[in-house]
Amino acid sequence: MATSPLKSQSFRAEREWDWRRLDGLLTRVQEKSVASLTDEELVSIPVLYRSTLSSLSVARAISLDQGVTAYLESLSLRAYLFVYGVRSTPAERIGRFFARDWPAAVRGLWRETLVSAALFALGAVVAFLLVRHDAAWYYAVMPGEMAGGRDPSSSTAELRNTLYGGNGKDGLSAFAAFLFTHNAGISILAFALGFALCLPTVFLLVYNGVSFGAFVALFVSRQLGVEVGGWLIIHGVTEILACILAGAAGFRIGWSVIFPGDRARQEAVADAGGLAATAMVGVVIMLGFAGLLEGFGRQLIEADAVRYAIGLATAVMWGLYFYLPRGGRRERR
Amino acid sequence: MSAVEINPREGERPLITPEGIDLKVRIASAGERASAFMIDAALIVGALIVLSLLSLGGAILTKARGVEFVAVIWLLGAFLLRNAWFIVFELGPYAATPGKRALGLRVAARNGGRLTAEAVFARNAMRELEVFLPLSFLFSGGAQGDVSSWTWLLGVTWSGIFVLFPLFNRDRLRPGDLIAGTWVVHAPRRALLRDLAADSAVDSDFTFSRIQVEAYGVKELHVLEDVLRQNDRRVMRAVADRIRAKIGWVEGPDESDARFLSAYYAALRGRLESGLLFGKRKRDKFDRS
Repeated sequence: MATSPLKSQSFRAEREWDWRRLDGLLTRVQEKSVASLTDEELVSIPVLYRSTLSSLSVARAISLDQGVTAYLESLSLRAYLFVYGVRSTPAERIGRFFARDWPAAVRGLWRETLVSAALFALGAVVAFLLVRHDAAWYYAVMPGEMAGGRDPSSSTAELRNTLYGGNGKDGLSAFAAFLFTHNAGISILAFALGFALCLPTVFLLVYNGVSFGAFVALFVSRQLGVEVGGWLIIHGVTEILACILAGAAGFRIGWSVIFPGDRARQEAVADAGGLAATAMVGVVIMLGFAGLLEGFGRQLIEADAVRYAIGLATAVMWGLYFYLPRGGRRERR
Repeated sequence: MSAVEINPREGERPLITPEGIDLKVRIASAGERASAFMIDAALIVGALIVLSLLSLGGAILTKARGVEFVAVIWLLGAFLLRNAWFIVFELGPYAATPGKRALGLRVAARNGGRLTAEAVFARNAMRELEVFLPLSFLFSGGAQGDVSSWTWLLGVTWSGIFVLFPLFNRDRLRPGDLIAGTWVVHAPRRALLRDLAADSAVDSDFTFSRIQVEAYGVKELHVLEDVLRQNDRRVMRAVADRIRAKIGWVEGPDESDARFLSAYYAALRGRLESGLLFGKRKRDKFDRS
């Protein structure tokens, strides 16, 4: 037997120190944090990563020691996941989301937003006209649990009470909680169902518009139009906008499933998904905000004028936040 | 690189890094994904129970007046916990939740590029639809009985489709992975094992002839490596006997199986590796090219 070591052995002996060093650094990052490394160590990781990758190619070509190739494969993968991992800290990331990504995603969805707003409006207008024409339609289009005891058989006084029942909290706050979860559910469904080729999203948006239109029509028929407007607008601006955006996000995903363009379908979906998901995170935040306005704001504020003022203020706020062109900084990825 | 694949492992997929090297990742099986999720779910439920106890304490301290406020805190806390849990951990340096980490799994971008925070957001936003929404559907239906059985059935079908989704595609992607362009891969920490050939390179009791070291190929060499690493006496005895018979080796009076095997391993590897340097890869003992 040859007394000189094998090529693969001297190969290993020469590079083993680098491998172990990279291994140690990665282990420290994973068990403690990136902050536990000095700047010098941090800079050395990509260099060591590339030399380990080249060791892996060489080992695959010249070494038959499974121990070495398996080790190098796992070490390279761990280093790769670190080197090409998420770079920003969660705090930075959240800041960037509010400062840029969220409004950018909403702006990116403008076409879908128009479509889904139109569908919602269509449902609302049709239901409004139907219920104004014949109150019996109300029962047909409004789900029982949604009405919360408000239907054409209630007296005007009863209906008025539901709008200003701040101190008689019982009925109203339960109803508000129900409406919030209902709308959040609808929004999320509208988004998710976009995955199923857009159609369910269309249905959900129209249907949501229908309940809205029927609800308003009932109050308008009792000369409570202004009052119900105030009751709805204080949180409704945020909530309905959130619904519409969720539908838009769903459309974007569904559209990319149906028409991926000149890319692979999986790739197109992944692309659309990034944008839509960013918008959806925002939608959930908006619904939380709407819930606060609804649960606290509406309970405490009973004057119609103030309700309208808050509602319009939120409308202006969202409009500026999403659509105000912001120049200067170029996108950096 | 050799063009010949020795033994492609189950669930192995090419992952080409930007440097152009194929890292050959192994994707996580559906079972591993499920157990990782179960571990996370258990931890989240544990944290929720702590949160609930704290809220309950708060409600008792503030008497009945603060109950609604405490309920709001609890609802928001639960919402944050179940969403932020996955997102914060997957954005961390380990790119995995504690459950995935326990199983040596990590999230990676399917295209081999950088894993972006958008992708992590996206894959976990979909989790809300895949798991938590149907779950809350079921529980609210069961508790209040005001959701019609049709809605309930729809909820069950919905969650069924989403929960079983990974079983119906090759890469075990859940809808969240599909939307986000990610997958979950094995990235365990592996120790660098000692080089077996180093032990016996100078064992002068064993000299093999050229014909003897050409009896086997790479496949057998790797099996022999596994046998030596496992170091089970009975297995080594059987393997040593087979090899002696095959190459016509006469067992010396006080030669041990372990010494014989590691000497033969070193000789065989030396022979096969020098073949590699000349571009010849003897796949197995039947390879006569």
